[in-house]
Amino acid sequence: MTDLFPLTLRAAETTRRGKRLVGPVDLTLDGQGLCVVIGPNGAGKTTLLRLMHGAARLTGGSIQWACDTKEARQHQSFVFQQPVVLRRTVEDNLIYPLRLRGVPRSEARRAARDWAQRVGLDPHLAHRASVLSGGEKQKLAIARALITKPALVFLDEPTASLDGRAMREIEGILLQAKADGTRLILSTHDMGQARRIADEVVFILGGAVHEKGPAEPFFDRPETAEAQAFLKGDIVE
Amino acid sequence: MVIACLIALPLAALLAVRRFRFRRTTIAMLNALMGLPPVVVGLIVYIFLSRSGPFGALGLLFTPTAMIIAQVIIIVPLIASVAHQSLRELWAEYHDLLISMNVSQLQKMQTLLWDARRALLTAALAGFGRGIGEVGAIMIVGGNIDNATRVLTTAIALETGKGEFALALALGFVLIALALTVNLAIHWIGQTERDSRW
Repeated sequence: MTDLFPLTLRAAETTRRGKRLVGPVDLTLDGQGLCVVIGPNGAGKTTLLRLMHGAARLTGGSIQWACDTKEARQHQSFVFQQPVVLRRTVEDNLIYPLRLRGVPRSEARRAARDWAQRVGLDPHLAHRASVLSGGEKQKLAIARALITKPALVFLDEPTASLDGRAMREIEGILLQAKADGTRLILSTHDMGQARRIADEVVFILGGAVHEKGPAEPFFDRPETAEAQAFLKGDIVE
Repeated sequence: MVIACLIALPLAALLAVRRFRFRRTTIAMLNALMGLPPVVVGLIVYIFLSRSGPFGALGLLFTPTAMIIAQVIIIVPLIASVAHQSLRELWAEYHDLLISMNVSQLQKMQTLLWDARRALLTAALAGFGRGIGEVGAIMIVGGNIDNATRVLTTAIALETGKGEFALALALGFVLIALALTVNLAIHWIGQTERDSRW
C-alpha cells in the first residue's frame, strides 16, 4: 500500500467570496488508525476534510503528502454525509471505481460480490441502489470507497441521521477496514461515536484546529477550555 | 436521428461537465436554435450546396445526403438542449462523487450519458418527432424528386397541392403510424416505464 503519511498542513486555508471557511490550519497527521475530526456544526469539519482530499480549493498555505499530491489522490476515497449512489444496480455501483481503473469486468464482479457480502448487501446486488434504505446506501458508499483498497478514506459524518443499528454496522465496517490497514479520517459531532472508534482526535472550532492528539488523553483531560466545554456538552462557537 | 444524436449527446454532456469561456453563450445559442425555422435552414444549406456555393463541387444538392444534412442541423440543437437539461441535473447529483474519484472528463461524460440514458431517449425522440414531420427544409434541398428525394411529408404536401386529398390523408396516416411505431418500439426497447423511477 502506498505510504501517504505524514500529511502536513501548513497555514492551510480556504476562503469563499472573501469569507474564510477554514484556516489557517497547521496540522500533521501520521501513523495508523482512525482519526476523528470533531467539532460543533459549522466548525469547518467537512471543509477541512475536503481541503485535505483536494476537493476544496486551497487559497493559502500548503498541504503536503509523503508522496506526490497527484499520486496521493489516486489512493484516497471520500464518503459523503449524504450518500451519493449512481443510478445503477448495487453491483454496478460497486464495480464502477474498479472499472475506472481498468480492472477486468469479471474480476470487478468478484470483488463486488465479496464486498457486498462483507457489508451485508449481497441480497441486494441486483437491486437498483436508489431503492436501498439510508443506512444501506451509506454502507454501499463505504464499500465502494473501500473496494479499490485505498490507503486513506475520508468519511464526512457517515452515520449522521442513521439509527443506532445502522450506525453500529457502519462502525463495524470501518473498524474492519482499519484492521486491514486503511487509514481513516472521519468527521463527526457525535461524541459517543468518537469515543468508541477514535485513535486520534482533531478538535476543530471556527475553522481552526484547537487540539489534536491521541483519543484517550483527549477525552480524559482535554487541554483547551473550548475542548473541555465541548466535551461537557456546553454550547461552543 | 442517429447522426444528430452522435453530435448532440456528447455536446450536451460536455456542456454539463466542462466549464469553459463561452459555455453559457453556447447553451443560450442551442436553446435559441431549438426554434430554428426549417425553411431558413433549408435555404442556407441550399446556398452552401448549390453549384455556385462553397460545397457545390460535391454535387450534393437534391440528394438524400443534402436532406440528412438539413435535418441534422435542425434537430441537433433540440436534442442537445433537452439532453443538457437532464445531464445538468444528474451532474449536480454526481459532481462531488466523480470529482472525489478523480474521474477524467471523458469518463464523466460517459458516466452521465450512460446513467441518464432513459432521459436521453426522450431527447432523441423529440428530435425524431421534429425530423419526421419536417417539410420545408427537405423540400428545398431535396427537390422532392420522385423515387429519389420524395419522402412522406413532401409527398403529402405535393398530393394536397394537386387536390388528391384522399391519397394525402392516407400518406398522413402512414406517417402517424410510423411515428407511433418508432416511439413505442424505442420505449419498449428502453424499458422506460417498466422499472418505475431510478
